[in-house]
Amino acid sequence: MPLPRRNDPSTIFRNLDWPTVAIYLIMVFAGMVSIYAASYDFDNASMLSAAEFSGKQLRWIGLSFGLGLVLLLVDARMYETYAYPIYICIVILLAVTPFLAEDTKGSYSWIKFGPMSLQPAEFAKFATALALAKLFSSYHFDLNSRWTNYVKALAIIFIPIVLILLQNETGSALVFLSLFFVLYREGMSGLVLFAALFAVVIFVVAIKYTQTFILGIPTGEFIVFIMIMTVMTGMAAIYSRRLETGRNLVFWFAGAGLVEYILTLCGVPVPGLPVSIGLIVIACVYIAFEAIKYHRPKLFITVGTAIAAIVFLFSVNFAFGKLQPHQRLRIEVALGIVEDLRNAGYNVNQSKIAIGSGGFLGKGFLNGTQTKLKYVPEQHTDFIFCTIGEEEGFVGTMIVTLLFIGLILRVIAIGERQPTTFGRVYAYCVASYFIFHFCINIGMVIGLCPVIGIPLPFFSYGGSSLWGFTILLFILLKIDAARKSVLAY
Amino acid sequence: MRKNYNLEKRKYIIGGFVVLIALIYLVRLFDLQLADEKYKQSADSNAFLKKTVYPSRGLIYDRNGELVVFNQPAYDVMLIPRDVQPFDTLDFCATLNITPENLQKRFADMKDKRLNPGYSSYTPQRLIAQLSAQDYGRLQEKLYRFPGFFIQKRILRQYKHPTAANVLGNIREVSRDDIERDDYYAPGDYTGDLGIEKSYEPYLRGVKGVEILIRDARGRIQGRYEDGARDIEPISGRDLRLSLDIKLQQYAESLMVGKRGAVVAIEPATGEILCMVSMPNYDPTLLVGRQRGQNYKKLVQDDSWPLFDRALMGAYPPGSTFKPTQGLIFLQEGIIDLHTTYPCSHGYISGGLRVGCHAHGSPLPLKPALQTSCNAFFCWGFKAMIDRRSKYGTSAKAFEIWKNHLVSMGYGYRLGVDLPGESRGFIPNAKFYDKFYKEGRWSANTIISVAIGQGEILATPLQIANLSATIANRGHFITPHVVKAIQDTVMPEEMTRLRYPSVESHYYADVAEGMRMAVTGGTCRRAAIPGIEVCGKTGTAQNPHGKDHSAFMGFAPYQEPKIAVAVYVENGGWGATFGVPIGSLVMEKYLTGTIAPERKYMEEQMLNTSIYYAPAKKK
Repeated sequence: MPLPRRNDPSTIFRNLDWPTVAIYLIMVFAGMVSIYAASYDFDNASMLSAAEFSGKQLRWIGLSFGLGLVLLLVDARMYETYAYPIYICIVILLAVTPFLAEDTKGSYSWIKFGPMSLQPAEFAKFATALALAKLFSSYHFDLNSRWTNYVKALAIIFIPIVLILLQNETGSALVFLSLFFVLYREGMSGLVLFAALFAVVIFVVAIKYTQTFILGIPTGEFIVFIMIMTVMTGMAAIYSRRLETGRNLVFWFAGAGLVEYILTLCGVPVPGLPVSIGLIVIACVYIAFEAIKYHRPKLFITVGTAIAAIVFLFSVNFAFGKLQPHQRLRIEVALGIVEDLRNAGYNVNQSKIAIGSGGFLGKGFLNGTQTKLKYVPEQHTDFIFCTIGEEEGFVGTMIVTLLFIGLILRVIAIGERQPTTFGRVYAYCVASYFIFHFCINIGMVIGLCPVIGIPLPFFSYGGSSLWGFTILLFILLKIDAARKSVLAY
Repeated sequence: MRKNYNLEKRKYIIGGFVVLIALIYLVRLFDLQLADEKYKQSADSNAFLKKTVYPSRGLIYDRNGELVVFNQPAYDVMLIPRDVQPFDTLDFCATLNITPENLQKRFADMKDKRLNPGYSSYTPQRLIAQLSAQDYGRLQEKLYRFPGFFIQKRILRQYKHPTAANVLGNIREVSRDDIERDDYYAPGDYTGDLGIEKSYEPYLRGVKGVEILIRDARGRIQGRYEDGARDIEPISGRDLRLSLDIKLQQYAESLMVGKRGAVVAIEPATGEILCMVSMPNYDPTLLVGRQRGQNYKKLVQDDSWPLFDRALMGAYPPGSTFKPTQGLIFLQEGIIDLHTTYPCSHGYISGGLRVGCHAHGSPLPLKPALQTSCNAFFCWGFKAMIDRRSKYGTSAKAFEIWKNHLVSMGYGYRLGVDLPGESRGFIPNAKFYDKFYKEGRWSANTIISVAIGQGEILATPLQIANLSATIANRGHFITPHVVKAIQDTVMPEEMTRLRYPSVESHYYADVAEGMRMAVTGGTCRRAAIPGIEVCGKTGTAQNPHGKDHSAFMGFAPYQEPKIAVAVYVENGGWGATFGVPIGSLVMEKYLTGTIAPERKYMEEQMLNTSIYYAPAKKK
């Protein structure tokens, strides 16, 4: 059977993943319309007028299409071949950016190219994805085979993070942490993600509930202790493969809790802190004993987790006190501890009002009073979701959410059907970026996450962001389209 | 091709995570957009333009119903920056008599977020405050040429007479502090400053109204919301009726021209203040309108302190006007009776100490001592009380009892007059001397000058007038106050309650008789008014910084007194020089409406005499 010609345009378009392209087109144009609505200034200027953000965005969109087309026409093998050189170029660009950039609201991340400004951080996304994919696709690479492999992967991820942090663009830097999803998919222990999630939960709970007290310790800490006990019980039951271990722990913790409760009812003061730690320590000793007795070394992970969690709990309050006041305030506002409607909480409150006032069907295109009257800042960029919420209502926000879910799941599906590790890892990188942007941007606009200024892909105004995501997506589409011509090796 | 199917399962974990987050977000969106009404209401408040409608401030009448303070309209030039189109600035400046540079500065100030934190190009902003009626008239005719501009009516004060500024006070724009302290205020509001404008601000200000206008999605005003059904009408402030007799106030001010000091007259039966003069005074009109800031600064910098209300903020040595309190305390404590006599050999001589006195009969009992204002009598009495260890144990204990009597008479603490800034005066306590002279190391002679209202003792003219009113009432007083009635409001209980000092009432009759004798044949003979039995007590307060202060307190008529008065003239010399004539003229004017022909010379003298005060040394 003759091999299909690798780079024949007709082949490419036949093999192109059209659903993804369709989602892309819908998002890009919906974004432009939203930008028009968000920046609509009662002046009745045309949506396509070059003076409007929407008109400018249209030009960026046009250029994106050209860019996408070019990327589709490049030989797919080029991406793999030049992955490292591209990555190195971008890293150098990131390194020099602070010296070339002007101060834009405290960040040094924009470089002027004639009439337009570009943000190299947006282009670091695809470069890092290519480099990571290249690393994983190297011969006999297995993440878990040696620890130096972790070092290599983490180096690829953390070099751009550090360089972007130096530009004072915390939000864009944090995006790269999402690549841990890729590491997970490629074999990193789920415990890492679990630990990260557990840490976040402990952090939030411990900081949020400090006003009330149970057994003499803050409610937050009390809840964390209960969570640690629950997690210990679950992990011990799984790792020991003996239900009895779990059952014993349940009896131990529940029994002790019952005794504490009765004692409190009788008016005997129970010192919560030493008792809770004592209970956990005794449980740890028991688990360690089981681990030795039944030869289940994994049980020690449970012990480690419990100890780490307690240490983490106590360092949280300490570390929280060390944060910059404005950072602490942002976190406190996001957790709902502080209601600061004038400063840090202003944006979030106004965006919640804008979205909330949209109702089911919204106020109608260009009829949003909230966004129109400039109550919501940054509404054409990071807070674009507000405009959609206000003017198109729940229907609009639901459709946008579903579009993102569709895109992310589609990209994951594309990744899983790749015959090469390179394609798969790259696809997961793309999916990870989208997951992060989607979760953080929308979460921030609806007041569930701290305000981290990152754009909503394809919707937010801005050429760099649009180009960055377009490159990211179209390289994937090209690799995918070419997959059938790749020899499985 | 290498595939690890165990790892491939992880796509479900990652996909599931995304779907879970999306579900949480959808629930949150459902809650925000469909379940929770709160956000819809907040959005409403933003889509409407709420325009403040300012209420009319309460009017102020004097005790006879004469209008004293009323409102005049003023006009703020407002604009909504978004609606302003290019306009003929020269024409605009010419109309309002300002320079283009000035206009430019006003625009810059308006847009400066530091000066005007509430700036938004969609809400009304104030460009120029308080246009005069003439400027307003000219601008009104041309307003159509300046789209985006409009005029907001405000209220300024106007005063019928250039008098009583210290009592009336004035209004000013609220400060940031005011806004933080009281939710009622918004930037640009006015609030009372000084005088009753300040102390009765909650009654005078009324309640602001709101006019709700709708904005369309283009930000333009579309008209009134529900035809004004939801508008809130402003409620006018309450009118006040002063206890002040504005004619008497003017007359007393005219007598005080050229002098520094205070005159306070009280109706004893009610505690109502009939006049309250602080000199030098100023025209309250100075603090109205756009020139307020400049004038206020001038008044603050004036070294004669016109803004300082000497009648209730000034703490002076009361001098001999203090002697009646001593007589009362000695009688109450049983130190003396009406027949107890003390010697006076041109003064009080005890333990190497000498307090001078003038020539009069000796020895003498209380009433003649009041009549002649004998220093020695009160020093001996004071010594007898403070050093009576057999009764009190120690001087300190005796002194505490002495002090408590004075406090009950209204000295040493604020009387509670309904005006801001009242001073406490000063009555030392035993601890004060314990600290100063070391415990147990002081006795009556150490501090003898307090017996004659000198030394550490300080009192406000208001407290002295209140003593006079208490004696006139023969043993009780009502907290002095300047407001007689508030429209639609019952006066607070403190302004009607009788307050009884700790000295029994019948002793007051004896002191009153002594004061009567002072007028018939003592130090206050010039206070005598034909046909009216006047009682009085002079005071000549030694002043370490210069010439003695001249003081007088008195009341009339002797039976059923209608007016009690205190006069304090800084550096006026003898009490009889300024205090007595001014005090008696005020009483005469109030009681008879005129001045008897034989006393006209005295009136002329007071009207035309000035005291030279050396300019204050710059520090």
